[in-house]
Amino acid sequence: MSARPATTAAGWRRASGWLLLAGLLAFACADLAVTRTAPGAELLRVARGFLAPVWLGDDGLAAAELGRALANTLAFAFQGVAFGAAGGFLLALFWHRRAVRAAAASVRAVHELFWGLLLMQVAGLSPLTGVLAIALPYAGIFAKVFGEMLEEADPAPAASLPRQRRRLSTLFYARLPLIAADARAYTAYRLECALRASAILGFIGLPTLGFHLETAFREGLYAQGAGLLYVLFALILSQRLWLRARLVPVYLLAALLWAPPLGQGDWATLARFVTQDLVPAPLARDQGWAALGDWAWMLWREQVGPGLWHTLVLGMAALLLTAVLALLLFPLRSPLFGNRATRLLGHGLLVVLRTTPEFFLAFFLLIILGPSMLPGILALALHTGAIIAHLTGRFSEGLRLRADSARGVNRYAYEVLPRLSPSFLALLLYRWEIIMRETAVLGILGIHTLGFYIDSSVAEFRFDRTLVLILATVCLNLAVDAFSRWLRARLRLAGEGRRLGSKKDSP
Amino acid sequence: MSEALFRFHGARLGHGDATVFAALDLSVRRGETVALLGASGSGKSTLLAALREQRQALCAWCPQEQALVPMLSVFHNIYMGGLHRHGTWHNLRTLLRPAAADRAEVGALAAELGLADKLFTSVDRLSGGQAQRTALGRALYTRRPVLLGDEPVSNLDEHQGLALMQRALATHDTAVVAMHDRALALACFQRVLGLRHGELVLDAPAAALTLADLDELYRP
Repeated sequence: MSARPATTAAGWRRASGWLLLAGLLAFACADLAVTRTAPGAELLRVARGFLAPVWLGDDGLAAAELGRALANTLAFAFQGVAFGAAGGFLLALFWHRRAVRAAAASVRAVHELFWGLLLMQVAGLSPLTGVLAIALPYAGIFAKVFGEMLEEADPAPAASLPRQRRRLSTLFYARLPLIAADARAYTAYRLECALRASAILGFIGLPTLGFHLETAFREGLYAQGAGLLYVLFALILSQRLWLRARLVPVYLLAALLWAPPLGQGDWATLARFVTQDLVPAPLARDQGWAALGDWAWMLWREQVGPGLWHTLVLGMAALLLTAVLALLLFPLRSPLFGNRATRLLGHGLLVVLRTTPEFFLAFFLLIILGPSMLPGILALALHTGAIIAHLTGRFSEGLRLRADSARGVNRYAYEVLPRLSPSFLALLLYRWEIIMRETAVLGILGIHTLGFYIDSSVAEFRFDRTLVLILATVCLNLAVDAFSRWLRARLRLAGEGRRLGSKKDSP
Repeated sequence: MSEALFRFHGARLGHGDATVFAALDLSVRRGETVALLGASGSGKSTLLAALREQRQALCAWCPQEQALVPMLSVFHNIYMGGLHRHGTWHNLRTLLRPAAADRAEVGALAAELGLADKLFTSVDRLSGGQAQRTALGRALYTRRPVLLGDEPVSNLDEHQGLALMQRALATHDTAVVAMHDRALALACFQRVLGLRHGELVLDAPAAALTLADLDELYRP
């Protein structure tokens, strides 16, 4: 093979080939066992629950209980997005500084659930924990998105102002108006993500929908659990109807009144947590540097190393299956294939898979299939694959094929796939970091990725280990992000990723 | 007289609500080679699309916006003309690794078009003229009896244009080709149609026409 492929498609094919190889290796290393003895029977029971959901009454929750969970879910999400957007906006004003970009990247590399686990130690199971667990990583995400929007906005209006030194006036008159519409749309999209995140925080004990959902499914009350999931669906899918700009202050005020963001601990608790609990045990006990070395080596050998390896294996396998699923599913919603009925079906399927958080999917699949990497891989691939299929399918609406173009498989392989490849690859690489981030967190469900060791260390009150393990997830996410960015630049996909990715599809 | 292959009788042609031809009367017989002349916007592309609609299965199509797949090679873009002749598995396999027989066949055609050294270069790295020859190559590789072309050689120099037009006409028994090059029309085709604002204003054997007659079509 020559150094530079002579066709543009061959360059993409080569990169895809390497990703395929990595994915196949990951599948070879992954533990794919179905450990439940009769998965079919369990699937049937879960399916029956989903077909006949229960909300209230004897088999469901008390109305007040359901109402409280719903209100908490909304309150945490609203406050999380509000504080996150405010913090992110302030950071975005200094986006040209390297330190700000690094800080934003680090806070968003830690998953909401990990933030929740840490904050819980200081502020307890309080609204403050729920709000900050969303607001902190979201501030990092908002900083990046707003910062890039400001960078890419047309500089002409600001440059044409008369020379003056009022930078704040320039900002408000000549720069913010240019990004206002995009920023508002993005914030609305983030609220949808925050509703999911808020529900998931229930899995670590916060009183949101996820808390009751987990309890219901663990006790085999599938009909009740399904009802709770449908409530979350309704909340997210109806967002367009109730989220009005004029009502946002009302919602926010209600959220603050319902769940004032206050914690249970005090400053002394925080000080003790930071200066004692988070300090490596050998140092806190003055056992000297040699003991620290032993501690670090033990932690690497027993937890960080295996956790990283499992996270990488699961993540790469999920990336491959995501790509395969997205390629199979996107024709279902593309006007270039099928008929009205198949497209309607495709839309429906993709909406359900996109709306269900991958964490919930993994939880359901764990119940059906039993613990192994298989539920995690399937859950990540179904959710992310549906997102990429949706965006790729939407992009295919813009393709203009000639009148005599082939149909069916020939059309797919010769006309559509080559043209969509750059956007598809950009989306996939863009989503890679998010897959890794979610892979780590699936450990909380019992799959042996980094999150498993993080969750165990919290249960053992060994927060020094928690900190090291969370830093390991940060490093992994930053490394994958950097590699993906390098690959996108090398394949000249940078523009594609930005156009399709960042607005509607950030971490 | 052989049968009429295409026939319009008082036909209204247009795009959606916009009418291009109010009432077109035209027939084209099997074996005829027809040059379609007229200023831009006179309805040439509309007429070609309508012809194709009538006999889709017989027509090799060479549209004006070449609509090649830019990231695929010259080989694959030409091969796409023959997708209907091969099984799906063969086509998928060809996308990854073409068979020797296809390579030779398409390679020979590309050589005739002066594209031998670009066979495995992707179209987004070609010049306008090379891309146009690739598009013509696809139409030739379609191997159907009727050629419908919309300015298929407009980006080529005179000599190359003439040679490739003759080559294309030699392998099709019927052809309707839109163009601006009046000399080429008189040199290669039996019949010339002249269009003006959606009306057929000239329909005569090429042998009975001079370049001056054709200039009339382009007068404002």
